[in-house]
Amino acid sequence: MKPAEFYMRDRSQHPPAYASGYKSSVARSPRQPLLTIHQTASEMTGPAFGHNDIAALDNDLTLNFDHGGMPVGERIILHGRVLDENARPVPKTMVEIWQANASGRYRHKKDSYLGALDPNFGGCGRTLTDENGYYAFRTIKPGPYPWMNYVNSWRPAHIHVSVFGSGFCQRLITQLYFEGDPLIPKCPIVQTIPDPDAIQRLIAALDLNTAVPMDCLAYRFDIVLRGRRSTLFENRLEGN
Amino acid sequence: MQKLDYLKETTSQTAGPYVHIGLAPGAAGFKTFDQELGEVIAPAGVAGQRIRVEGIVTDGLGMPVKDVLIEVWQADANGTYPQSLREDGFRGWGRVIPDFETGLWQFDTIKPGAVSGRGGQAQAPHLNLWLVARGINIGLNTRMYFPEDAHETDPILNAIDGVARRKTLIATQVSAGHYRFDIRLQGDDETVFIDV
Repeated sequence: MKPAEFYMRDRSQHPPAYASGYKSSVARSPRQPLLTIHQTASEMTGPAFGHNDIAALDNDLTLNFDHGGMPVGERIILHGRVLDENARPVPKTMVEIWQANASGRYRHKKDSYLGALDPNFGGCGRTLTDENGYYAFRTIKPGPYPWMNYVNSWRPAHIHVSVFGSGFCQRLITQLYFEGDPLIPKCPIVQTIPDPDAIQRLIAALDLNTAVPMDCLAYRFDIVLRGRRSTLFENRLEGN
Repeated sequence: MQKLDYLKETTSQTAGPYVHIGLAPGAAGFKTFDQELGEVIAPAGVAGQRIRVEGIVTDGLGMPVKDVLIEVWQADANGTYPQSLREDGFRGWGRVIPDFETGLWQFDTIKPGAVSGRGGQAQAPHLNLWLVARGINIGLNTRMYFPEDAHETDPILNAIDGVARRKTLIATQVSAGHYRFDIRLQGDDETVFIDV
């Protein structure tokens, strides 16, 4: 069976390349229109991953950089489902996350923020969704941190999320935020998003039903990737 | 009116300057995973002509984008995209990280074959590239073609109305099997980016 086309990306749900309030985008945004194409196999196929690609602790950020103790901070489960626009689960797809530690410091040789590094926290994890598109991580809630967009800009607490799907045109990176964070509406990166409803969908909800008593809180974050079409009445070139 | 029940795609946000922590922690300066994903696209033994590609991504001011991360998705030498990790170690996919001081990146792989397009129309051999970095709000897709191939009938290159811009998708040859492909995010000679 040939792979089916994906629905056109709804650009109204995404930030534009050029968003003047996020200064780094000014010189890094293409100014020519994107090239409109009909999808080919190059866009409709994509890399596949399996359990041999990951190890048992890869999705537990409280343990996968263990240097003799537990990391500092608020212990959380981050979990949810990866679905497509047809509300079908996306099984066995790679989900990767990265984040700052509880004091807002990234373990990256280019980050020099004075928030302390945590000897027991690396800040990255990965997992495969199960057959129902479900994924889960255990981690530490990251702290907010300052950055020089404006002189007193602070990022809300956030976790970066990378997802593949089954076609390279579904490739997506985003950031999730946390329910109740007062920094969300003030963030220039959040404000690149024109649709207020789209911003709401990036905010993970506190999920007490999944919290583990006397162990950790939980937040729920569902992810939606582009859907494939299943019917094509005109010239069934790539339909199924 | 009835309500359509499609979900909406999750909104993109920039990968930020520290994308390597999550996708290539070794490059960020620490080790967490036994094996990082996509470090090698085509291990020794994968059939095909060995090639090396190098380049720099520059912004609208001509400055190198030193924090970029590029993903490559490519067909094998027969023009077929792998559906899984093959026994020879070829998945058709890899990650490319620049030198953080210069922004210069390079990777080794095999040259892909011609990929069939819609209705059996052949596409010239190409690498599919996806770029993320600080300041890039949604990942940018482009393609790299090879200078020695015939491009006249390639459907994607032909879709570029401004004929002069087609060359932004064609690498230059440094030496046999060694190509240069600079990507310009903005300005004169802005690379053609594709709405995939």
